[in-house]
Amino acid sequence: MEHIRMPKVENVRLVDRSSSRRIQVGTLYLTATHIIFVGKGSEDRNELWVLHSLVCNVVKHKSSQSGYPLLIHCKNFQVIQFIIPQESDCHNVYISLSRLSRPEKYEELYCFSFNPNVDKAEREHSWDFLNLKAEYSRMGLPNKLWHVTPINREYRVCDTYPADLFVPKSVTLPVIVGSSKFRSRGRFPTLSYYCKENHATICRSSQPLSGFSARCLEDEQMLQAIMKSNPGSRFMYVVDTRPKLNAMANRAAGKGYENEDNYCNIKFQFIGIENIHVMRNSQQKLIEVSALRSPSMGEFLLGLENSDWLRHIKSTMEAGIFISKAVAEEGVSVLVHCSDGWDRTAQVCSVASVLLDPYYRTIKGLMVLIEKDWVSFGHKFSHRCGHLDGEPKEVSPVIDQFLECVWQLMEQFPCAFEYNEKFLISIHNHVYSCHYGNFICNSQKERKDLCIKEKSHSIWPHLWESKLDFMNPLFKPDQSQNQGLLRPSTAPYCFKYWRRLYNRFDRELHPRQSELDCLMTIKEETQQLEEELALYEQKLAVLDKERAKTLYMQKGVLDSKQALWSLPLDTSLANTPQDYIGGFIGGAPNVFTLQQGERESAELSLFGDKPKSSDADSSDQESGVADFSSHSSGEESLPSEDSVKYPDSDETGPNRA
Amino acid sequence: MELWGDGDAGEAEHPPAAPPDGEVSAVLVLEQAQVRDELLEAGSCHLRIVSAASPHRERASAGLFPETPDAADWMSQLNRETRSLTHLGCHLVLDSTPRDWRLLSDVMLWSEHAARLNPFTQLKKLSTFVRVTASPWMEVAIKVAILIQICLKSVAKSNTKEWKRGSGGVRFLVPLNIMEFAELIKTPRVDGVDNTEELWLLHANIDSTEKRFVGSLGTIIVKCKDLRVIQLDIPGMEECLNIASSIEALSTLDSVSLMYPFFYRPLFEVIEDGWQLFVPGEAFKDLESMTDEWRLSEVNKDFSVCPSYPSLLTVPKDIDDESLCKAASFRHGGRFPVLSYYHKKNGMVMMRAAQPLTGTNGRRCKEDEKLINATLCAGKRGYIIDTRTIAVAQQAKARGGGFEQEANYPQWRRIHKAIERSNILQESLIKLVEACNDQSHSMDRWLSKLEASNWQSHVKEILTTACLAAQCIDREGASVLVHGTEGTDSTLQVTSLAQIILDPACRTIRGFEALIEREWLQAGHPFQQRCAQSAYSNGKPRSEAPVFLLFLDCVWQILRQFPCSFQFNENFLIMLFEHAYASQFGTFLGNSVTERVKLQLSQKTVSLWSWVNRPQELERFLNPLYEPNNLVIWPSVAPQSLLLWEGVFLRWNRSTKCLDEAYQEMVHIIEYNKELQNKVNSLRRQLAQLETEDSPLQTP
Repeated sequence: MEHIRMPKVENVRLVDRSSSRRIQVGTLYLTATHIIFVGKGSEDRNELWVLHSLVCNVVKHKSSQSGYPLLIHCKNFQVIQFIIPQESDCHNVYISLSRLSRPEKYEELYCFSFNPNVDKAEREHSWDFLNLKAEYSRMGLPNKLWHVTPINREYRVCDTYPADLFVPKSVTLPVIVGSSKFRSRGRFPTLSYYCKENHATICRSSQPLSGFSARCLEDEQMLQAIMKSNPGSRFMYVVDTRPKLNAMANRAAGKGYENEDNYCNIKFQFIGIENIHVMRNSQQKLIEVSALRSPSMGEFLLGLENSDWLRHIKSTMEAGIFISKAVAEEGVSVLVHCSDGWDRTAQVCSVASVLLDPYYRTIKGLMVLIEKDWVSFGHKFSHRCGHLDGEPKEVSPVIDQFLECVWQLMEQFPCAFEYNEKFLISIHNHVYSCHYGNFICNSQKERKDLCIKEKSHSIWPHLWESKLDFMNPLFKPDQSQNQGLLRPSTAPYCFKYWRRLYNRFDRELHPRQSELDCLMTIKEETQQLEEELALYEQKLAVLDKERAKTLYMQKGVLDSKQALWSLPLDTSLANTPQDYIGGFIGGAPNVFTLQQGERESAELSLFGDKPKSSDADSSDQESGVADFSSHSSGEESLPSEDSVKYPDSDETGPNRA
Repeated sequence: MELWGDGDAGEAEHPPAAPPDGEVSAVLVLEQAQVRDELLEAGSCHLRIVSAASPHRERASAGLFPETPDAADWMSQLNRETRSLTHLGCHLVLDSTPRDWRLLSDVMLWSEHAARLNPFTQLKKLSTFVRVTASPWMEVAIKVAILIQICLKSVAKSNTKEWKRGSGGVRFLVPLNIMEFAELIKTPRVDGVDNTEELWLLHANIDSTEKRFVGSLGTIIVKCKDLRVIQLDIPGMEECLNIASSIEALSTLDSVSLMYPFFYRPLFEVIEDGWQLFVPGEAFKDLESMTDEWRLSEVNKDFSVCPSYPSLLTVPKDIDDESLCKAASFRHGGRFPVLSYYHKKNGMVMMRAAQPLTGTNGRRCKEDEKLINATLCAGKRGYIIDTRTIAVAQQAKARGGGFEQEANYPQWRRIHKAIERSNILQESLIKLVEACNDQSHSMDRWLSKLEASNWQSHVKEILTTACLAAQCIDREGASVLVHGTEGTDSTLQVTSLAQIILDPACRTIRGFEALIEREWLQAGHPFQQRCAQSAYSNGKPRSEAPVFLLFLDCVWQILRQFPCSFQFNENFLIMLFEHAYASQFGTFLGNSVTERVKLQLSQKTVSLWSWVNRPQELERFLNPLYEPNNLVIWPSVAPQSLLLWEGVFLRWNRSTKCLDEAYQEMVHIIEYNKELQNKVNSLRRQLAQLETEDSPLQTP
């Protein structure tokens, strides 16, 4: 609270980014956790809530006639522009926000103050929603070849690894310790995914400390044991996800990669995925492109190309494909590492898992996968997402890329995933929002030390509750394309710009009618109809049996049913545009609707229910009007008399040929 | 013969029948009498040409070929009517091989419908034919036809496209053993066929061919106007050359009247003649019910005022024909301003024309001014949307063209946009398709090539202009006049897209067909010229340009953004693209109504609409999500919102198995829902009935 210099500013103008003509006047509040903007106007009081932890940066712009502009970029790619009448107010808000959005201690994060109305037992229960032990046993572990080693119970061998780790049974404790000493940060090879059908595994580690010539017998034994634990195979792949040059450079620092000569029966492979710095810059460029205001086609496409983002997505995908094919088609185990084994390794292992195992294409499955490959294996969420004020060079969109790979796969295999893109976007949002405790800290140990489970809530049960929103109506688990390995195409045109994520808040850029929402509505309706049908059939049976007796009761039920029926099933929701106009990003006209979870908190109900989207009517649909004339006229307005200045070139005009 | 083709390896639905040579199952069904006559004529004609012209042939068919009086008659008639065909006959003597193939193939393609799925049905049909003409030559014809339809036997069981990529497709082995062309081909070997694939290709669909030789193995790469690329591997250099030159000759026929639509006879019953579906008078009746400000003028009934306009035109009531003629003389190509669209909601109109011929000295034409002013309400102003940039419009003055001067049209505000013209669009298409066919797997290359093609920019610009026109009408309450230079390309793109945005009727199948008739065919878009070549044309483009394809692309973009507001689906648009470039129907032949009348298309060819509007065909084109939406639909034109139309440009490069399954699933979901609704409805009625039956019993 001490950081809030200015809790409330009146007469602030909120500028719609798509068209500077749409401006709302209202009051800006700064709370300990949120920026809140409440629009004036009796009938549609718009509210905008932004968590401080979602704020990426705050920029003051040059003052204009109407006041002092303040631009807020969020980690979920929302960009908000306020115009504040007084310079001092603007400055105060700026200073406060700059501090609030960069917490120095974990305790300042929202998840520690977020207090939904649930009791302790329920909160604890929320953390048991996912159970990794159950996940490993789903894979078929432990079995006669793989078991859990107790060696890291106290996080002594590797403080960034989880406590429970699967290793080949044949490996002794000294071998593990020896191997861990030969690996960066002690991250020794351990199991990530086990393929029941052919016993091939995906293992992960960090780079070996091989330097130019060093070798380690234990590490070699470790790999040998992993290979042997896949009885059908005669060799294993070691995949270094870095570009070869990077890996070579690491040798000079006493790190590096496996020498094929020292290890028996390994096939070594580089897959050039760039490092976190390259990825950070790439995404930055992509965000700039996505935020361009009315760019030309050329600007957009060139920007997209220059960002290199899709190229990186492609290389990540290709790595995943390589591994999944090795496991599923060749039946060969794979050890994956990069430098530390918590960024690219996590990406690649999880992409491969999604390709390999239909389970990870279900809602629960993706949760488990993230919990396993990312959370438990020590992806440094705090650093990568910049939860705390710290080294900006540690920030990198590694998990964004994983989510995007999944999205790209969903585009290619529309029936293969139980979830839809809203689920991915929701996860993305929560990774950054610090709303729940799951993605706080850099490792399991840190989370334990911080008592995350005692002090905060878990996101997964919450997402599970909103399951219906995340369902893909086209999901067909029994279809052939969804069984076993997915074989995506990696032709460049298969990789597309993810508009729903990067332009998530630019409502006018998205289709005005959503096939997805439409199908969801139809499916829901179908379900109702099924129930109704069952009811009628039952009643008919009863009627047939004892016509006389049941009349009164039946009449009652039928009436009530009729009322339900008279809901417009024929003209059903399906295609009247009102139903899906704003469906995706918050309901229209309240563009700023928060993620569902953010509304749960008791304190959030301060302002009462927000206006429903009922008045998202035709005018809303016709809202794309504004900018068509902008290019020729250079002005963002209708071609009305006063605003359009066309080079009127009569003979005397300046444009005379 | 090996063939690299694309397309699904369709399952053979029937076991292979006996080879057609030698024994012919000759069943001539009586109800086909009429059909038979047609066949007999056409067939005899071909045969006669062949036997008369080529001594080589004579040897083969001497004595076996009956000289039917029908054939002779028909032939002499042909001689009178089309010199080129006779010439074709002569030509055969000279180079002996290439052309007769086409003629025969026409006969073959004739029964295309009978054999969509099973080549052996096809053969049976032809057997009938053979019997009728009693000529062994037709057996040869059968075999040629088999070559043409490329009866494929796919290798082993591989049913998937991923199996092997060549120039974008599956590898099939075609069991054709090509001998000398004169003897044509031996019977296709049918032993062990477990999977038969047919590929039908109209010669008109062939954009260009390439030949390659490795040793004695010849390869012909056939590039089609629908963007498909097929590779034929043919052992034997001579055969390969023969085939290649045949294809080349047949696919570049100059005379329209030799086009396939003139030979095509429908095997379906024409219930509703597409030629009669969209007559201008009908549309005017609708207009009359809304306003009496307009009249139908017959000023152009002999096409003398404007050769590219239809005979009936809707013009302001107060303007007489004489003024129209004067206005016509002031507009490029005589295309004076006519009504394109009447916006019921507020009575505003959209007109289209060609550029005014102001020239460098600023000519004016009072009648033209009066004509367009007649469309304005008192005190209102209108917008003139010039689809060219101001610079281009200025340049046009030097060639006698120009634009409306402010001073002479004070009630109009002019807006210039930048829609590109034909050559640039054609180049853009070529580059785009090249990018899509690029086999390198580099991301950078793809994006930069996509960008460099500029295709998406054209889409954006056209859509933006159309939205602007629609916006002026609907939001500003102003009337609009649209023109570019000739008023037959970008003008039509804009007026037709604006109507799709504004008018819900245009988003139905019928309405869209009517729109294409009205705003494209009757409005004089030169389809014949524009669609003569597609993305693989090697030569210097003359007047080819993907103007219509760009229009369809824009419609697709709107469809993507409003997936529930269109009665038709993407397939419908793709079908239109295909038929605009190559078709068995006469709809897109000719460059204007004038030419169509001269060619007697409506008598001599079948209309595309006659075929499309049959319920069996229509089914494929219906959008399951459609729910009429009476609103104006404003698409987003931001680059982020515009997508590459993969259904056309990547159609032959990507596997659509998963996408097709998704579509099927969608259809299934919706159909199941409807089925349940019906069930519930009927149960409800049943219940209600029972209830009323019961009630009297219950009343005490």
